[in-house]
Amino acid sequence: MIVETLVPLQAMILALVAVAAASVALCRSPLRQILLSGVYGLLLVVLFVVLQAPDVALSMLVATTVAYPLVVLVAIARTGARRPDGDEERQR
Amino acid sequence: MTRRRIRGAVAVPALGVVGAVVFWGLSGLPSFGDYHGQYGRLINDVALPERHTTNAVTATVFDYRGLDTLGEEFILFAAVTGVVLLLRKSGRRGVDAAPKDRVTSDALRLFGMLALAGGVLVGLWLAAYGYVTPGGGFQGGVAIASAFALLYLAAGYRAFARRTSEEALDPLEATGAGGFAVVGLAALISGLPFLANLLGPGQPSTLFSGGSIAFVNWAAAIEVAAANTILFKAFLEQYIVPLAAARSRR
Repeated sequence: MIVETLVPLQAMILALVAVAAASVALCRSPLRQILLSGVYGLLLVVLFVVLQAPDVALSMLVATTVAYPLVVLVAIARTGARRPDGDEERQR
Repeated sequence: MTRRRIRGAVAVPALGVVGAVVFWGLSGLPSFGDYHGQYGRLINDVALPERHTTNAVTATVFDYRGLDTLGEEFILFAAVTGVVLLLRKSGRRGVDAAPKDRVTSDALRLFGMLALAGGVLVGLWLAAYGYVTPGGGFQGGVAIASAFALLYLAAGYRAFARRTSEEALDPLEATGAGGFAVVGLAALISGLPFLANLLGPGQPSTLFSGGSIAFVNWAAAIEVAAANTILFKAFLEQYIVPLAAARSRR
């Protein structure tokens, strides 16, 4: 089946994707930013599902919500811990 | 004029021009749902009758455009090789030199292990049924690798590092990448074009469908799972271990 018009569900998800994308770009804290980027990726997954592209949705799911945040979180852990007032240190 | 105002004066016209060009481009796009891809329609029509695969995407990736995927697989292989060359130190101190894992709560470990088992199972299922239902070797492989990353989150670095030894993962990765090429060469040896589907198409919507696609699919799954685990381990070793060691010295 080929989708010919934008149904309300797709329009809603598209709007949410736009909001999430803007929030990722506007976020100042790296840790919050990577969490937001995970949410943004998850919304893209939902968008691909409602656009009937489950294969792309699966690739997107593993790439944006697992593989990418893992690598970035490791980098944040490294750089964030150098700051004397970083979150890493406060936990101790 | 303050710096802020100068920045604004420069940015606003530039943004206006970029915005105008973007909107001009968007206005020329075909309307929503208006699909022009002749190739997509063709594949949708021929994949099931020709290859007996119910997932046309996997048939494209591992058969009709298998050569492209072989190239992608070698890109991944080369990228992982590069990361390992840069990050893996010669004469490493090994797992035992790493700081001891903090003992996590029973609940966290139990949940972590259940999630790991579930993740590996989902990954295997995605890979195995990749040419029947949505999924495939790539998605399944990354899912398996992500499940192993949970081992670090739930139990710690040492637990993760012991179960993902380079001695096992490096050959696995090479086997996956090489296996793909071997399936292609097998076709060449039997007098057919490279990566031509050698085996019979089989029974649609079962695991015994798609012919050679199943083998190429599993080769990709092994390669991707091993490559992603190696990558994650290399990054983790690079960043977490010296950090934790410095912290325990203090």
